[in-house]
Amino acid sequence: MDMKRGYYEDIELFRTKTSLFGVLFLIGLFVLTPFLVGDYNLYLINLIAINSIVAIGLNILVGYTGQISLGHAGFFALGAYACVLSMVKLGLPFVIALPLAGFFAAGFGFFLGLPSLRLEGPYLAIATLGFGMAVTQIISHSEFTGGHMGIEAPKMALGPFEANTSAQQYAVIMTVTFIMTIAAINMMKTRVGRAFRAIRDSEIAAEAMGINVLKYKTLAFAVSAFYAGIAGALMAFALEHVSAGSFNLILSITFLAMIIVGGLGSIMGSILGAALLTYLQIKLQVIQEAPVIGPFLLDISKSYFTPEGLPNIQSIIIGGIMIAIVIFEPYGVNGIYLRIKRYWKMWPF
Amino acid sequence: MNLFFDLFVGGISIGACYALVALSMVIIYKTSEVPNFAQGEMAMISTFVAYTIMESYGAGFWVSAGLTLVFAFLLGMVLELSFLRPADNPGILGSIVITLGAEMILYGLAGWKWGANQNPFPIPFSEYSGFTFGPIRITEVNLWTIVASLLIMFLLFAFFRYTKMGTAMKAVQQNAFAAKAMGIPTRRILTLTWGLSSATGAVAGMLIAPIATLDPNMMLDPMLKGFAGAVLGGMTSLPGAALGAYMLGLIENYFGGYVSLEFKSVVAFAVIVVILCVRPSGLFVKHYEKKV
Repeated sequence: MDMKRGYYEDIELFRTKTSLFGVLFLIGLFVLTPFLVGDYNLYLINLIAINSIVAIGLNILVGYTGQISLGHAGFFALGAYACVLSMVKLGLPFVIALPLAGFFAAGFGFFLGLPSLRLEGPYLAIATLGFGMAVTQIISHSEFTGGHMGIEAPKMALGPFEANTSAQQYAVIMTVTFIMTIAAINMMKTRVGRAFRAIRDSEIAAEAMGINVLKYKTLAFAVSAFYAGIAGALMAFALEHVSAGSFNLILSITFLAMIIVGGLGSIMGSILGAALLTYLQIKLQVIQEAPVIGPFLLDISKSYFTPEGLPNIQSIIIGGIMIAIVIFEPYGVNGIYLRIKRYWKMWPF
Repeated sequence: MNLFFDLFVGGISIGACYALVALSMVIIYKTSEVPNFAQGEMAMISTFVAYTIMESYGAGFWVSAGLTLVFAFLLGMVLELSFLRPADNPGILGSIVITLGAEMILYGLAGWKWGANQNPFPIPFSEYSGFTFGPIRITEVNLWTIVASLLIMFLLFAFFRYTKMGTAMKAVQQNAFAAKAMGIPTRRILTLTWGLSSATGAVAGMLIAPIATLDPNMMLDPMLKGFAGAVLGGMTSLPGAALGAYMLGLIENYFGGYVSLEFKSVVAFAVIVVILCVRPSGLFVKHYEKKV
């Protein structure tokens, strides 16, 4: 269906007029959004955009390069703290601190990538998981980072322009998200992206074809960590506060769940998964306020469970979704989309 | 010198708990190549069941411990039947995601049912009085933890060595296809393996609960340490995993006692990463390069 007849066709960003029109329409929609929706919904969209950045980065590592990471909350935390601390302690402007946070996380990603050359499967999972735990532990016990209390984020300022409201933050966050998405799509079409996929499909074959596995595996970790670092920095401003306790194992699992739900090896899938899971997480925390199902669940809680434990239902549902996706739809939401698309293209066959 | 021996006893005692968790993970990993991240939460739920039996029905410790082992066995089998078996060849990432999903479901259920309260877990042993052997002082809890873990290890060894079921499990671990050809019902064996592993984990949960307090987060740290210990020793060897877990407990306790209590948890993972770089399959296992 998606037959490409030449190299230049492969690297084109918009292959048809329709897709160009679609992207322009999407940009227009994003520009208009702050005027159409309320403040709370904008905050929600900001969180979705930030989580999309992490999901894209994680998908580059897991979906495209075939490595496993359970430590992305660590990179997320590194980015958040690097950005906030460089602004508070060194007085750097936001425009410099943001990429700095990304490169700081990428440096750690490079070092975590080194053991990945010899480890695979559960061994790599435990090494990355240990990294994530170690980062949180060190941050929460260090005086420099404010310990358990965390630190307040300063204002997000671009020269004279200061982003205070959700709408102003939306402008900054959406721009960054857009750039990062386009960069990821383009990178996957270059030599680097093809090397990543070759390593995923067969490391030995890739090496035999002359791909420098050392270079590209560590690069995948570094790029992925860069994305997580940028997202962490943005999250610090969206929440206006960073504390080490929030960057726990559950967060790493949630990031992994996003790309599993969205679809491995797909940029659009990462965004869809991030949107779905972020929305679910926020809404399920207040499930007792839902119209029909809320009182029903509250009744059940009173008779069989504890009412104050009801928000825990979000981890039950997210866990259930993760398992259901692996069992029934291994390609995630993106797979469902591709199937529907093929059905319409092939119609009536 | 007293500090040295105290730390040794504490390290062996916590290492014994880690070793049980490590063993329960290795039992599953060897048969089906699934690193079971839900192991800790399975043990946590089982411990909560023991607590509920004691508190609500007034049963004695040993009765409820026995009932809990039965419950844990069933829980493990149910999880395998409902989550792992329907998945069609999920691969390493897929199986990690399935067990992580199971972990979140169990964690949410426990939080919903028992709340975030920290409950004391009553045991018939004292945490303070104990025995003295020369320079070594050991409390009753520590002594029983060590004895119980050694007993379980011995039972597991005897089970795999001398019973027909144990031999069948070993056969499935070595070559599932050949085992099937020899008439061993591999799928049923796999389900029973999960039950066995879950029961082993439940013992670990009941040994850890008196040291820590009983709440839904109880097993998070011991599970990771047990996993790390298993990786340290080698995920494909039962005695290796147990030894690795004991070593991890000792390293962690000595670091906490002599260097820094705050970074006690970090050192375990630092050791893991360094040792894995030198020996990618763990300390006590021969590393096999993958063939093309």
